[in-house]
Amino acid sequence: MTSTTHYVAATGVFHLTFLLVLLPTVGAAVLLLGGRRTNPWGHLLGCAMPILSFVIGVIEFVALIGRDGGQSRQLDQHLWSWVPAGSFHANVNLLLDPLSLVFVLLITGVGSLIHVYSVGYMEHDPDRRRFFGELNLFVAAMLLLVLADNYLVLYVGWEGVGLASYLLIGFWSHKPSAAVAAKKAFLVNRVGDVGLSLAIMLMFTTFGTFAFDGIFNGAASGHAHSGTMTAIGLLLLLGACGKSAQAPLQSWLLDAMEGPTPVSALIHAATMVTAGVYLVARSAAIYDVAPHARVAVEVVGAVTLVMGAIIGCAYDDIKKVLAASTMSQIGYMMLAVGIGPGAYAIGILHLLTHGFFKANMFLSAGSVMHGNNDEVNMRRYGGLRKVMPVTFACFSFGYLAIIGMIPFSGFFSKDKIIEAALDKGGFEGGFLGTIAIVGAGLTAFYMTRLMAMTFFGVKRWPKDVHPHDAPRVMLIPMAILAFGSLVAGYLLILGGSLQHFLTPAVGGSVEVGAHTISPVVLSLITLAVVAGGVTSAWYLVARKPIPAEPPTYVTPATKAARASLYGDAFNEGVFMRPGAYLTRALVFFDNRGVDGLVNGLAALVGGTSARFRRLQTGFVRSYALSMLAGALALTATLVLVRVG
Amino acid sequence: MSSGFPWVTVIGAIPLAGVVAIMALPKSRELQARGIALVASLVAFAASVGMAIDYKTHGSRFQFTQDYNWIKAFGAHYAVGVDGIALALILMTTVLAPVCVLASWHDADPDPAEVAYAERGDALHARGPRLFFALFLATETLVVGVFGSLDVFFFYVLFEAMLIPMYFLIGSFGGARRSYASVKFLLYSLAGGLLMLVAVIGLYVVSVHQLGHGTFDYRVLTAPGALHMSHGEQIALFLGFFIAFAIKAPLWPFHTWLPDAASEAPTGTAVLLVGVLDKVGTFGFLRYCLPLFPYASRTLAPYVLGLCVMGILYGALLAIGQKDLKRLVAYSSVSHFGFIALGVFAFTTQGGSGATLYMVNHGFSTGALFLVVGFLASRRGSRFVDDFGGVAKVAPWLGAMILLAGLSALSLPGLSTFVSEFLVLVGTFTVHRWFAMLATFGIVLAAVYALWMVQRTIHGPVVPAVEGFKDLSLRESWVIAPVMIAIVGLGIYPKPLLDAITPAVQQTNSVVRSHDPTPSVPEQSRTNPAPAEVAINGGTVFRSAK
Repeated sequence: MTSTTHYVAATGVFHLTFLLVLLPTVGAAVLLLGGRRTNPWGHLLGCAMPILSFVIGVIEFVALIGRDGGQSRQLDQHLWSWVPAGSFHANVNLLLDPLSLVFVLLITGVGSLIHVYSVGYMEHDPDRRRFFGELNLFVAAMLLLVLADNYLVLYVGWEGVGLASYLLIGFWSHKPSAAVAAKKAFLVNRVGDVGLSLAIMLMFTTFGTFAFDGIFNGAASGHAHSGTMTAIGLLLLLGACGKSAQAPLQSWLLDAMEGPTPVSALIHAATMVTAGVYLVARSAAIYDVAPHARVAVEVVGAVTLVMGAIIGCAYDDIKKVLAASTMSQIGYMMLAVGIGPGAYAIGILHLLTHGFFKANMFLSAGSVMHGNNDEVNMRRYGGLRKVMPVTFACFSFGYLAIIGMIPFSGFFSKDKIIEAALDKGGFEGGFLGTIAIVGAGLTAFYMTRLMAMTFFGVKRWPKDVHPHDAPRVMLIPMAILAFGSLVAGYLLILGGSLQHFLTPAVGGSVEVGAHTISPVVLSLITLAVVAGGVTSAWYLVARKPIPAEPPTYVTPATKAARASLYGDAFNEGVFMRPGAYLTRALVFFDNRGVDGLVNGLAALVGGTSARFRRLQTGFVRSYALSMLAGALALTATLVLVRVG
Repeated sequence: MSSGFPWVTVIGAIPLAGVVAIMALPKSRELQARGIALVASLVAFAASVGMAIDYKTHGSRFQFTQDYNWIKAFGAHYAVGVDGIALALILMTTVLAPVCVLASWHDADPDPAEVAYAERGDALHARGPRLFFALFLATETLVVGVFGSLDVFFFYVLFEAMLIPMYFLIGSFGGARRSYASVKFLLYSLAGGLLMLVAVIGLYVVSVHQLGHGTFDYRVLTAPGALHMSHGEQIALFLGFFIAFAIKAPLWPFHTWLPDAASEAPTGTAVLLVGVLDKVGTFGFLRYCLPLFPYASRTLAPYVLGLCVMGILYGALLAIGQKDLKRLVAYSSVSHFGFIALGVFAFTTQGGSGATLYMVNHGFSTGALFLVVGFLASRRGSRFVDDFGGVAKVAPWLGAMILLAGLSALSLPGLSTFVSEFLVLVGTFTVHRWFAMLATFGIVLAAVYALWMVQRTIHGPVVPAVEGFKDLSLRESWVIAPVMIAIVGLGIYPKPLLDAITPAVQQTNSVVRSHDPTPSVPEQSRTNPAPAEVAINGGTVFRSAK
């Protein structure tokens, strides 16, 4: 399984790779710096840039398929020498390989659809141009993240998407809640960034480089200390947890729903939050020699997939339910990439199918809100399937995909993760597999609850609301994504296509001798659990009328879930409040302690404080005199020394 | 004796010519002092660009040198010249000078009340644009001289002389507590200066004893094997220089004068003080402490690094706790100076080059922060964060600049400050893992204070007092644009500066006899991993025996 990583120089059509990043960058620059002049056509430019990038991505995909497999499918484009300092060379290079290309297509494909959708969604917002500028900025940064050929440039993209996310969560920053949510997202991500920064430093210390090829080859050589590799793996994981909202850095994602819904769809569901999964998959060569770190990845994934699912059961805010579900689904992906060789591609598969069905559901949720005066509380919906049939149809496709119904896309990807987990064998495999199956049941439960509260039952919306389907500019992107939710899974596993395609980047599939449980039986078990989840949600939620206010007398478990399993309370109690006390104490100390001490000393040296006061009053003369005295003393001393 | 075009003298002389021209202005045309200052500082900038173009990256260590006897009695010379480090800092100084002049445009306009006094023959008329801009240009000349000096005595004289114009700039034109702030600044600096004076004399004594003739020539004193100081002598003299620089820079716990001075100084002066003048301290570490006293530097480095890490975290925490925006910026600088000194005392190429680049980037970054805070304060008449809210809604460009300045302060990757901060951290990490790890937590704290400032000023509901805010004026746009262009440009393409800086840093570190550590995994395995004997046994990778 050890093979030399070697990137060949980009030629021919692959010279266009830089345009993938440059086009949306130009879009962002024009829209953000152009001012009001660009208002009339800003959204058109904003849509054109990701679409053009997508077209280039498709051209390059076709060209890449045309090349023979293996290393000639990893093409490196050198742009410029960025930070040279001694043995430290950071180049701005772009790496086009199957893994990055898959992401390019996802980002620009889903991204373009969401841009088009936003034309309608943001039509009446006075700042629509800025919205498109920031959305373009996000696309550019995300493409830089996945196209970087070294960890330092990746870090720039990594932080760039964080910035775009910060700007877009806080898009309506006049709302204090949005401003606070934006800041929280950035800060929690910064904690993850400490991990990523330290990982890069440790890589440089160990391998003398932070280019992918050098590090991967160095890791594969076995010369590196295993403890070091574990440390690098864990530090990268910390970074991944921040960006992908995995435990213990999950708490920002629910608040991030303050952003406009297209943002939630693109950034906080389909693309950016999957960057952590990308990071782990990209670093496959490191995790291959750091088994302990891989176990940590698995555990993080397993814990978060359950956590997210539990939280998802308790919220009444449709976007927050979807956000919790995103956490949970990314947990599945993390679990898959944590399982390691052979399962990396499965994680990416779920990432892609999730990109379709989650974006679809978020956009449909946006359509629901659009038709309901921006109401997000599902207790005020009910019976919407009749008044918004297209939205209902689209959402249903997403729903069926996420709960893993045959033949929707989620079925193929989620089943394979469960299978891979169980195939690990032993306690570890059994444990992780069971969690993944339980998660599937919980997913079915909360998603059914969402469907029932939103689209079924009696109407509970106020009189002045007249729900209706969104305009066509929004419905068409939704429909395309809904179609993707149906077919993507099947297409991607057809003949092991995705797995095979990704082999050069993440290693080939490892055929396990025997499955722990036959795949067919396993699928049946999973479907049965899913059916159980659906039924119990139907039984518990949809049968009775839904009260306008959430019931207050609930079990401690529900209370915990409503409080996001106390993630925020933990942060508040452990970091924020003690931090505030520490800061206040230090301010006091600095004013009275350090400064007081130094002032006191000064007064002491100066004889009395009266002298200090005189300096303040007759300062001009005093100072001139002391300068003169100093100069005299200096000259005298020098002359004396020379004489002596 | 000179080699090449005397750029340093020329660049230093241009603002001085401006001072003379301003002094010659009659009272009736005193407002023309602003124009003269702007022209002089722009010409100085053009000249420093000329110097940068003329500079040979792979040429000799010091270029454009001039060396003339000054005070024969004790061998003091007028000796100037630049290496890559000085070049970068002089460039930064001359970019910021016109920015500061333009930012201070109305700061010294005659106050009607004072004009009335002056007509009655009161002495207060001294306060005015002529004095302000003359002092300002004088400071620029002195700073250029400090960076360009190759004679320790000449350096010392300029180092002390810098105090005088800055003292008056703060003390005569500052805010309500300017008197307290300026005296505090003066006392701290004088104390440091005295210690340095003692050390300068000590160095001279050593040179008299060992070379037979006293000299202050930097190149002679730092030549390999020129001086053989005992360990005790080295440490004593090192401390004399170090404390003076640590007060100037300022490092924890010598920092308490900075928040007062910076917050009382008018905007342009604050930029000049924190962005430019204080760099003399960190520059001094690199230029004087390391090569003159290599043994002491090596021995005391762990303690210095401890102070740096302390300062990084302490400064950031204090910044979080401030309600006054200017003090917030000042404390953030205490944190950043900790990073710079950390890089210097790591004695690695990445650390040193990163620290030097950091000095430049911090000039622009902290300059941007002081400028936007100044814009806010001039509109609202208050520096307190609680008095603002919703600025982005009312004045979107101003809001955007505040955001960009904040992002630069938190070293967002892609902006210039990231490059230097990361180099410092990597350079430290390779030799002092724990110090670097602690310092890395500073990036979280930086995000807290920067975003806190951004959120509380530009986001949230528009408070009534902010409703009438105008967006950036033309003058303000010209003030902030060069700084922002530098922040973005040096983030994307810092290579030219690094190429100039790195050889000088490597030479400095070689005097400390420090070599960059080699990576633990041999280089050839990066291109071709040995496939056969990779030991993946039961999930454990064994280090293969070489």
